[in-house]
Amino acid sequence: MSSSVKIKTLTIDERQVGAREDQTILDVARENGIKIPTLCSLKGLSAYGGCRMCIVEIAGTPKLLPSCMTTVEEGMVVTTNSDRIKKYRRSLLELYFSERNHVCSVCATNGYCELQSMAQEVEMTHVHFPYMYPQLDIDATHERFILDHNRCISCTRCVRVCDEIEGAHTLDIKDRGIDIRVITDLDHPWGESETCTQCGKCVHVCPTGALIERGKSVGEMSKRKQLLPYLTKMREAHE
Amino acid sequence: MNEAASKDKRRKLVDATMRRYGHSQYALIETLHSVQEVYGFLDDENLKYVSDALRVPLSKIYGVATFYHFFTLKPQGDHTAVLCTGTACYIKGVPAILSAIRNNFSVEAGETREDGKLSLLTARCIGSCGLSPAIVLDGEIAGQITPEIVVDRIGRMIQNDA
Amino acid sequence: MTPEEFKKIGETHQKKREAFKYNINVCTAAACVSLQSEKVKDELASQVKEQGKKESCRISGTGCLGLCASGPLVTINNGQALYGGVKPGDAADIVKSIDKKPVKRLEIPADMPFFARQTKIALEHCGNTDPEVLGDYLALEGYEALYNCLTTMQPVEVIDTMVKSGLRGRGGGGYPVGLKWSTVHKAVGTKKFVICNADEGDPGAFMDRSMLESDPHSIVEGMAIAGYAVGATHGYVYIRGEYPLAIKRLKAAIKQAERQGFLGKNICGTPFSFDVEIRLGAGAFVCGEETALIASIEGKRGTPRPRPPYPAQYGLWGFPTLINNVETFANISPIVRKGADYYASIGTERSKGTKVFALAGSINNTGLIEVPMGITLREIVFEIGGGIIGGKKFKAVQTGGPSGGCIPDEYLDMKVDYESLAQVGSIMGSGGMIVMDETSCMVDVAKYFMDFCRSESCGKCAPCRVGTAQMYNLLNLISEGKATMHDMELLEELCDVVRNTSLCGLGQTAANPVLSTIRFFRDEYLAHIKDKKCPAGVCVIEHKEEAVL
Repeated sequence: MSSSVKIKTLTIDERQVGAREDQTILDVARENGIKIPTLCSLKGLSAYGGCRMCIVEIAGTPKLLPSCMTTVEEGMVVTTNSDRIKKYRRSLLELYFSERNHVCSVCATNGYCELQSMAQEVEMTHVHFPYMYPQLDIDATHERFILDHNRCISCTRCVRVCDEIEGAHTLDIKDRGIDIRVITDLDHPWGESETCTQCGKCVHVCPTGALIERGKSVGEMSKRKQLLPYLTKMREAHE
Repeated sequence: MNEAASKDKRRKLVDATMRRYGHSQYALIETLHSVQEVYGFLDDENLKYVSDALRVPLSKIYGVATFYHFFTLKPQGDHTAVLCTGTACYIKGVPAILSAIRNNFSVEAGETREDGKLSLLTARCIGSCGLSPAIVLDGEIAGQITPEIVVDRIGRMIQNDA
Repeated sequence: MTPEEFKKIGETHQKKREAFKYNINVCTAAACVSLQSEKVKDELASQVKEQGKKESCRISGTGCLGLCASGPLVTINNGQALYGGVKPGDAADIVKSIDKKPVKRLEIPADMPFFARQTKIALEHCGNTDPEVLGDYLALEGYEALYNCLTTMQPVEVIDTMVKSGLRGRGGGGYPVGLKWSTVHKAVGTKKFVICNADEGDPGAFMDRSMLESDPHSIVEGMAIAGYAVGATHGYVYIRGEYPLAIKRLKAAIKQAERQGFLGKNICGTPFSFDVEIRLGAGAFVCGEETALIASIEGKRGTPRPRPPYPAQYGLWGFPTLINNVETFANISPIVRKGADYYASIGTERSKGTKVFALAGSINNTGLIEVPMGITLREIVFEIGGGIIGGKKFKAVQTGGPSGGCIPDEYLDMKVDYESLAQVGSIMGSGGMIVMDETSCMVDVAKYFMDFCRSESCGKCAPCRVGTAQMYNLLNLISEGKATMHDMELLEELCDVVRNTSLCGLGQTAANPVLSTIRFFRDEYLAHIKDKKCPAGVCVIEHKEEAVL
């Protein structure tokens, strides 16, 4: 670390903490054992700022800001867990559950799913927005992996890992709004992809059962959570 | 001109656009505009060509092409009607005009008729609110339209080919 | 080029013009063009020839005259006579009567409130110059402001002028222009950019289009002045691909300006260099949002990213970037020429100057107007706008497009400025004003805007992506008479969640049309839900017999 990096002091949840000036609120909170829920954020990948679960209150700012992309400032007073934020997080999560088909009891990642554990974490007891139940395709053309759009929460972790870590950029997002979908190449079946290296990183960073290994049945698809941290660490060591 | 030669000529126009921007990845959208202008739509073959020339991944190009509604991935009909659905047009009777077109020409919004003669598109606002409701027929704006006027004009537009 | 030289070009043009006794101007902005004004122009030219009046009459195309409802418009000597609804067949009579009494059947009184009540600053050249001729622009002090800035003012003095003028961003947010310029000026960067946002996305707003079609040089000049003030050498105009005429004229203007040395290296012989490039938008409303617009210029999907950092610090390709919209840039050169005090003397305490509004909907005089801030809605709708079509009853005026709200008649006497519009749950936005009469259903209007937001949401953040779809579904249920009061509660809850948790302005304001219609027209919602009726008769509600079990 170069010595020119300045240190800032700020308050998170009534605790005084120190941070490097280029750190985000999320980083600093985690370093200090303050838990902020996240879905799209993943250490080792670029920040995205889309899931909105990590929103926090900053004194003097009327808007709620995503802690994953807001850098610290001297004297900042951050609240990560007020009743207001908790309520919004619950509502957000309900929106996720209402968007597609998240039926845990028949999902291969049942028990290992981040969306599922997030529901417990934010104390979501039921979904009171109407379920939209779209009938979405399942791409099972790949010989090793399956992409089930019904379980996708559009966090783009898979897209980012494929681009930033594997360097293949086989995956991306098409369309916009409620119609966005993860695609492979020119939206052709995954099994026909000429760019996919079959590395499987996308499967292991996926927080839900949208990307799974072929042949895994209900509750069998655990994800290798240490894969990405390991890869980034080893690469950093190489540089 | 045979097909191959004409294809070649169109490619050159696309190449010229990419060259103008030094084959920069940033020129992706300008290049897609150019492809659509000369080919009428964005087909897989051209997307692959652009991907290779600009070194932009296929999925990224597809993501960009489907994000912007100005781009179309399907060939358009011989004639196009772009109905404005901006606020001013909407409150002045677009729903009735839309259903008149659908019923009379059996074409749905965003689609091309089976015989390939007519594509019906909608636009969020063409900025001709002073003349609402408005429609663009083969590139020409027609303002202050009614269901009757539109049905008549589209009918004549399609028939002119015969 | 020295000022003497370009003044000379201007004067030559002026003289050329004055050599003719009658200057006949035909509006060739998009609205009039779509009503065949080009044919009118051609026919006028051939009539002049035929009637042997080539010595005394000159025909030119000009920019927007504003009163689109009565197009195509023709003026003689800038208002000596004003004709509306001119057809090619009328050309003979117009030319015949040029030195006599005007043609009665075509005449529009030039002193009608629509014209008399306006104060034109941003639109000062619209309708009296040929947008395709640089000389016309120079004849009206064009590029003098740029020259004066470059030769007599320091960048900070230019910024100071903007601060003193009180000009606020005309794209919607109303952020003080001077402050924004000053932030970019102070930002450290090896490069800086100026972007003109011409991705006019609000349905119902068409002033940017009209200004680019009518007076493209004023935008170019405004951008160059901004570039000088903030220290940028490169500018982009991000313009909607759906505006072919505006693109064509802007391209021509940039070329002309380059040729005469108003753009490019060492502008007007000074060390300052600045060029302008066009980037085409491709039909995404969200690209009006600064960070999405930047992503789009970089050739990516137009998805926004969280701010801070603001583009002023971290913008295009990571460099400090100034983004203002078309109308803002159109105000720059007049402010420099006429002085900040002049501009600040117009308008209200916190909203200075004038604002361009696009009048549309159920109003007699649809078109483009520029009025002082602080004018009342009633003056706009009933005096300038000429009231409601067919003498129907006024119901609401919608401002701010999909981010704005519907303002009912009890606020007609409200002064129009940023603050008062916000107080009634709407926003200034880019200046679209859609007038609605008693035949519009406010639930239907709310549903229309939610449909818009739903299909324009980029999909990046969950509250906007899912929330707008959910709200649309609920509004649809209400409009079909299938909703319960519980659905209404859900709708209001969603408004709150989406507004407070969305990533960008699109989501944060998407609920505004719903909230404002619930606030002022709650009875209409209740009529749909409880009585299964649409009071305006717009929504189709099927009445099924209750099944008796």
